[in-house]
Amino acid sequence: MKMNGARIMLECLKKEGVDTVFGYPGGTVINIYDELFSFKEIRHILPRHEQAGTHAADGYARATGKVGVAIATSGPGATNTVTAIATAYMDSIPMVIVTGQVPTALIGNDAFQEVDIIGITRPCTKHSFLIRDVKDIATIMKKAFYIARTGRPGPVLVDFPKDIQVAMGEFSYPDSVEIRSYKPTVEGHPRQVEKACKMILEAHKPVLYVGGGVVLGDASEQLTVLARKLGIPVTTTLMGLGSFPGDDPLSLGMLGMHGAYCANMAMTHSDLIIAVGSRFDDRVTGKLATFAPHAKIIHIDVDPTSIKKNVRVDLPIVGDVKDVLAQMIKFTDKMKDKTVEFAAAMEPWHEDISAWKDKHPISYKSSTTTIKPQFVIQKLRELCDENAIISTDVGQHQMWTAQFFKFNSPRTLLTSGGLGTMGYGLPAAMGAQAAFPGRQVITICGDGGVQMNIQEMATLVQNKLPVKIVILNNNFLGMVRQWQELFFDKRYSQTCMELPIDYIKLADAYGAKGFLATKPDEVEKVIKQGFAEKGPVIMEFKIAREEKVLPMVPAGASLNEMVLNA
Amino acid sequence: MQHTISVMVENEFGVLSRVASLFSGRGFNIDSLSVAPTNEEGLSRMTIVTRGDDKVLEQINKQLNKLIDVLKVIDFTDGSGIEREMALIKVTAEDESRAEVLRIVDIFRAKIIDVTPKSYTIEATGNPLKIDAILDLLRPLGLKELVRTGSVTIGRGAKGWKG
Repeated sequence: MKMNGARIMLECLKKEGVDTVFGYPGGTVINIYDELFSFKEIRHILPRHEQAGTHAADGYARATGKVGVAIATSGPGATNTVTAIATAYMDSIPMVIVTGQVPTALIGNDAFQEVDIIGITRPCTKHSFLIRDVKDIATIMKKAFYIARTGRPGPVLVDFPKDIQVAMGEFSYPDSVEIRSYKPTVEGHPRQVEKACKMILEAHKPVLYVGGGVVLGDASEQLTVLARKLGIPVTTTLMGLGSFPGDDPLSLGMLGMHGAYCANMAMTHSDLIIAVGSRFDDRVTGKLATFAPHAKIIHIDVDPTSIKKNVRVDLPIVGDVKDVLAQMIKFTDKMKDKTVEFAAAMEPWHEDISAWKDKHPISYKSSTTTIKPQFVIQKLRELCDENAIISTDVGQHQMWTAQFFKFNSPRTLLTSGGLGTMGYGLPAAMGAQAAFPGRQVITICGDGGVQMNIQEMATLVQNKLPVKIVILNNNFLGMVRQWQELFFDKRYSQTCMELPIDYIKLADAYGAKGFLATKPDEVEKVIKQGFAEKGPVIMEFKIAREEKVLPMVPAGASLNEMVLNA
Repeated sequence: MQHTISVMVENEFGVLSRVASLFSGRGFNIDSLSVAPTNEEGLSRMTIVTRGDDKVLEQINKQLNKLIDVLKVIDFTDGSGIEREMALIKVTAEDESRAEVLRIVDIFRAKIIDVTPKSYTIEATGNPLKIDAILDLLRPLGLKELVRTGSVTIGRGAKGWKG
C-alpha cells in the first residue's frame, strides 16, 4: 500500500515498538503531525519546550531501557534539542531524534527555519542521517534504532526534509539490519576474562569501580552476584548508583569529587581496580598522576575508546559488561578453593575499609531550627515507595541525593552525569512518569535548575503525570556559591537568586498543588501531603542557605586530599 | 611522532566532516589529508598524516574505528607502507636560472608541465621528504606557487588491505 513519507515514519516507530513520543509541531513536521492525528498506536506528549521534550525522551529511555523518541521541527525546534541530545550523548542514552528539515531543494539556501542540524549535532550524536528519498525511510529508521541501542548506546538524529514527508512510497520494514562498518564487540574475549579472574584472585585489596555501563547494560544482577560471591567491595560513580545495593555491607557508596571518604581511600590504597562500565572521568579520578598509585587496573567496557583514554590499564576487556561479568561468575565457580583462600587473604582489607567507613561516614550536622537538605533527602527515602524513580537536576541537591539516598536498584536514579545539565530533572521525571504511570516519580531539584524547565508543569498537569517536584530552595546557585566560598574568598558573584519565588502560587497557576516547609518539623508532613496527592505537586523546602556538599576533593587535587569539614 | 593512517570509509553523506570534526573536536592534528573513491563501489579511502605520542595515536585509531561509517583503519607507522605525494610547483625561470631549474627537475625525475618565458610549472612525485628536498632547492630561485596533494600510502607486499 502506498503512503506518504510522514506515515511511513510513524509505521517505522510502531514497528520498533515505540508507544510514546515527545515532540513539538512546526512548519517542517506538520505532515508528521497530520498523520499522527489519526494514528492511535502512538501516544504523543506535547512538552512546552523542545529541550524538555528531548530530556523527557531521555528520562523515558533511562527508566525503561528502551530507545526514547523525540520530534522537533527544523531550525529553532532542532537547535532547542541540542542540549538534551548532548546530555544523552555524554551519558550514553539510546535515543532517536527526528527533526524536520526544509524541502531538499531548499537545503543550503538559508531558507526559513533552516539550520544544518546534522552539522550542529555531529559531535554530540552517535550517528545521524539525512533522509533524501522516501524509499530510504524504513532502512534509515531501522539503522537509527539499531545504532542507538547497540554497543555503547547513544542518541541518533534523523533529519527528515518536508518534501520527503509528502512523497508517496511503499512501506516495508526490514527484518534485520547489516552495517558492515559497525560491528560492536559484545562478547568479552574468554582468555582475557580468564586472566582477569586470575588477577582478581591474586589481589589482596581489590575494588570494583562501577559505572553507568552496568545500569545501561542491565548487568546489576551479575555484578551483585560476583561482588557478593568473592566479597569484593564496590564503589559506584554517580551514573552507577543503583547498580549495586547502596545498603549492602560491601557498598562503599559513590567515589570521586563528592564521594565517600572510604571509597576514595579504598581506590588510593587498592592493589587491583576492576573498572566495570565506567570511564575514569576527571570527577572520579581527581589528579591523574596520583590516582590509584598502587593498583593494577582491569577495565571492562563495550567502548574501546574508553579504555586507556585517561589512565593506564593492565588488562582491557572489550565487551558487553553483562556478558563479561557472567563469564567471570562461571570462571570463578570453577576455582572454588582459590576463592576461599582469596576471601581469607582479604580480611585485613575489609578491616581497613570498615575503619575508613567509621572514621568519616557521609554525615551532616543536624539542626532543629533550619531544614538541612540532607535531612529532606533522608526523609524522602524513608517515606517514598520502594520502587520510586528519582530524577535530579544538577548541583548541590544532586550530590546530596547521591550521598544520602541509598539507591538499591538500577534505573531508579535519572541524573545528568556527564554533561551536568541544569534543567534536566523535571522533564526527565516527566518522561519516566509517562513510561510508568503507576510508579512514584520524584524529581529533586534546586531553585536554580527547576526554573530552567519550569514550564513543563503545564505538561505534567495536562497529561496527568503526577510527578512529585521537590525543590531544595536556598535562593542560591548553591554549588557555584560553594566554590566561591571555598576558593574565591566568598565573592558571591551572580550566584544569589535574590527574587524569592512563591512556588505555591506557581503550582496553583499551573493547576497543581504546592506545599511549603520552612522548619525541620514540617518536613515529614509536607512530604506526606505531597505523596498523598493524586496529581503533580511541588514540595518546597527552605533549606539552610550556606550548607555545603562535603566531603569534597578540590579540582585538581588527589582523591585522598579530601576537604572533610569546612 | 608523525604517523600515516589509511581510513576506509563508506562513501556516505557527510563522512569527510565526521572524520575532520573528530580530529578538531578532540584536539588531534592533521598534517595532511587526501581522499578519493576506491575500486570498490561505495568505499572511499582517506590518507591522514597526523602526529602524537602512542597514547594519542591509540585514541585516534579507536575514535576513528568508532565512527559508524569507518570500515577499517590502517596505521602505517612502522614502515609497512609506501608513501607518495605529488606537488605542482610554479617557479620563476628567467635567463640564467632556467637551466638550473631544468637540472633540478632532471635530478628529481620531475616533469615540466607548463612553460612560459618567465616560468616553469613542475610536477614532482615522491615521498614527502623528496618533495621537501626539491622545494628547498627551488625556493632560492623564486617559488611562485605550490600545491601538494598530501600523502597517499599503500601497504607493501602482495596482500591487499583486506589481508
